[in-house]
Amino acid sequence: MIEVESLVKAYGTQKAVNNVTFSVPKGQILGFLGPNGAGKTTTMRVLTGYLAPTSGSASIAGYDVVTQSLEARRKVGYLPESAPLYPDMNVVDYLQFVAEIRQINGSARRDRIREMVEVCGLEEVIQKDIGQLSKGYRQRVGLAQAMIHHPDVLILDEPTSGLDPNQIVEIRSLIREIGREHTVILSTHILPEVQATCDRVLIINRGQLVADGTPEELQAAAQGAERVRIEAKISSPDDAVEALRELEAVESVKWVSDANAEVAAFEIEAEKGSDIRESIFHLAVDKGWVLLEMHRDQVSLESVFHNLTQSEPALDD
Amino acid sequence: MRNIIAICKREVKSYFSSPIAYIVIVVFLLLVGGFFSTGLFLNGQAEMRSSMALVPLVFTFFIPAITMGLISEERKSGTLEMLVTMPIRDYEIILGKFFAASILLTITILLTVIHPITLMMLGDVDLGQIFSLYLGLILMGISFVAVGLFGSSLARNQIVAFIISFAILFIIFLMDKYIIVFVPTFMANLIEYLGADYHFSNIARGVIDLRDLVYYFSMIFLSLYLANYMLESRKWR
Repeated sequence: MIEVESLVKAYGTQKAVNNVTFSVPKGQILGFLGPNGAGKTTTMRVLTGYLAPTSGSASIAGYDVVTQSLEARRKVGYLPESAPLYPDMNVVDYLQFVAEIRQINGSARRDRIREMVEVCGLEEVIQKDIGQLSKGYRQRVGLAQAMIHHPDVLILDEPTSGLDPNQIVEIRSLIREIGREHTVILSTHILPEVQATCDRVLIINRGQLVADGTPEELQAAAQGAERVRIEAKISSPDDAVEALRELEAVESVKWVSDANAEVAAFEIEAEKGSDIRESIFHLAVDKGWVLLEMHRDQVSLESVFHNLTQSEPALDD
Repeated sequence: MRNIIAICKREVKSYFSSPIAYIVIVVFLLLVGGFFSTGLFLNGQAEMRSSMALVPLVFTFFIPAITMGLISEERKSGTLEMLVTMPIRDYEIILGKFFAASILLTITILLTVIHPITLMMLGDVDLGQIFSLYLGLILMGISFVAVGLFGSSLARNQIVAFIISFAILFIIFLMDKYIIVFVPTFMANLIEYLGADYHFSNIARGVIDLRDLVYYFSMIFLSLYLANYMLESRKWR
């Protein structure tokens, strides 16, 4: 449905998007993840025809976004960041205007507007000026605007930014709903959002793709050694380090608390795939340690993201 | 064409749902009414042309005030991004906005026909001349609208757009009055031809000459072309 091929977009000498290639099949919800300024918005702007690529190509439903821009744009619904709408129009007039430009005519127009009002929960505000609406409602009007022509592809730039937690949950379930029939690309820098809504994640950093996969795949790939953290009251922590080290499968033990602290804390790394919690427990019982806390680190998408976007040293850009 | 109408309709509605249209109309009618009654009562002149003589100067700041927000405001608020990513050509946006501001201006100008009607009740008037006076006003007005739209396409800020448009229009206004004094004689004809007021007074006199029409239409075309270019230039910058 969406094909992006070696896409480059440069502002002057700075490459906002550098050689990005990906494709999105029909019916997928793709999360576009990256720190601020990574090139998410720029990529979306190229896809929607707002910007022209410096080199490379992109197509939507088979239409090239540069040479067949108008046809490509017909297939796309777009909600830019922060949902820019005309504050002096009321919701119904605005949807009328969009429907007119989207060439939805006659009775179909009324039906679609009614449908969008229902889907996006706008019943209470249809006669209000957009300028008076809360951020959450404006975002919903923006979504209604993007979906009114039943586009094949929906491109949403940070659809939940600036919303309160309840609204975020609502918008996410709305997106999931839409994603059943449409292809959706949404950008975000909020990780739980990706886990909650997306089938697939692209992580972009400094204009380049650094990861591509389902949230689970990315987690699995980043899963390194088993890591357990314990806190315990131990009379001789020095001996404890030794004792822990001798446990089966343990690779390293790091004493992370203060030498004089009442509660000693250790980080224990073990072989990948092993579970050493049980043996730690038995050891503690044998030695008479008072185990206060034991925590096994799960590699979260957060740390995947963190590793991929932070580990490289800053380049001269 | 449908897109142009959709844009135009939205802009006209937006003018009339904000105070802009009403302020523009009231201020313009007060000014022209003032000019007209001064001529009529103080100088005892019962004619339209002298009461409209200052209108070109009024237009140089009046029209940028109408057009300043057309593109700059959309650029600033981000609605432009929404608009240009819909299936609509850039020139359709430009033309729609141009027609909207032209409609507001034409309505404003036509509301002053109360004055020629007053004159008709007082005595004989040369209807042909009145007609060409209004044709001149509208032509000059919409060519200024085109320049104002171009000014609006240059800036993100309405005030900056206003100042740019005003500066361009004021220079065009001064061409045949002031700038002409400073150029060598062989250029005088050219400079005079570039002056907007020169062509206006030609038409207002009742002589509709092709050269004057060509002047205004080329000004409209050039300005709209440049505005369209500025709108498209977002893609490559």
